[in-house]
Amino acid sequence: MYDKGKIVAGLVIFFAILTFPFWYNLGALAPAPELELTEKAQEAETCIEETAYMTTEHMVLLNEWRDAVARDGNRIYVSGDGEEYVASLTDTCMDCHSNKEDFCDRCHDYVSVDPYCWDCHTFPEENN
Amino acid sequence: MENSRRRFLKIAGYSIIGVGAGSLLVGISPKRITAAPDAPPRYKDRPEALKAARWGMVIDTRKITSRINRNMQQVCHKIHNVPDFVGKLGAKNHEIKWIWPTPFKNAFIEQDAQFVSDHLKRTEIPVLCNHCNNPPCVRVCPTRATFKRESDGLVLMDFHRCIGCRFCMAGCPYGARSFNYRDPRDSGALTEIEENFTLRTKGVVEKCNFCAERLARGEAPACVEASNGALVFGDLEDPDSEIRKLLAENYAITRKAELGTNPSVFYII
Repeated sequence: MYDKGKIVAGLVIFFAILTFPFWYNLGALAPAPELELTEKAQEAETCIEETAYMTTEHMVLLNEWRDAVARDGNRIYVSGDGEEYVASLTDTCMDCHSNKEDFCDRCHDYVSVDPYCWDCHTFPEENN
Repeated sequence: MENSRRRFLKIAGYSIIGVGAGSLLVGISPKRITAAPDAPPRYKDRPEALKAARWGMVIDTRKITSRINRNMQQVCHKIHNVPDFVGKLGAKNHEIKWIWPTPFKNAFIEQDAQFVSDHLKRTEIPVLCNHCNNPPCVRVCPTRATFKRESDGLVLMDFHRCIGCRFCMAGCPYGARSFNYRDPRDSGALTEIEENFTLRTKGVVEKCNFCAERLARGEAPACVEASNGALVFGDLEDPDSEIRKLLAENYAITRKAELGTNPSVFYII
């Protein structure tokens, strides 16, 4: 084999660059943030649907609310256990979860998603 | 390597079977939960909401004064977080307006009125989105961000979907739509935020929504409330409604009727 040294060296450099993101972030692995609930949210014990559903599917529910309110004018959501809620991010969600930075942002930052809700919708701290 | 073509075809066949079996496996794998467990979620309107088959408005220009015009615009723009690019930033061509006063001759250019009454010479008349029964803005919207609500005929905006192409602004013959050339909040054009209504971002078109959010709470549109009786709203499809009675007793015109947009805002001259 010709140029064995060069090829091996090149391969080593190539794989080093390829795996760069993995070993670069090795020490910087942040633990998954714990959900922090306000007192009001803790007293309520469950959210408008079961906690497991809310954790994984809250974005689906919010999208449904968005279409129901903005397009069909249906502003009341009837939950699985028959309770009625006003389908409003600011008035219903943020009423209990008024700690946006601890409740919303930390998880969203951790999983690197950037929902654009707050470009237009208002949240409690902003109103004060 | 003699049978290279034969071998190639064989391998290709196996690959197709493999890919097919793989996608079959993906198809039968457990689905993500997309609906709430047990009961399907249901939506309904507020019980106190005002209902109509087709919302309409009658503007009695005889009762309009400059003060009423000013009050209506002020309250409308305040409760809907309409940014004031002209007043705050001096950007006249970035103006955003939901309802605004305009001279009679400009609002009804096709009337070709040579001798306008003294009252209409002195007083401008309020114009707003006509919530057309045949809205051209809805026809041209590529994302269906603007749409005619089937339940009550209001022409509304779903700001989430607006991509800012401004076809609707070109389509609207009344200039009832405005574009956010800058971010209302960051640019400083909006300082007092009304928390009951959302803001808009840069790159979104906005217009009068007939106070759909107030109708849902059982309240009259804000301009009607501030109009001192000059504006009346109601159901155009209901022959016993107040506006149908007004239309039966008075001669009323709509803006640019010749275009066939079929406006729901009528003017008694």
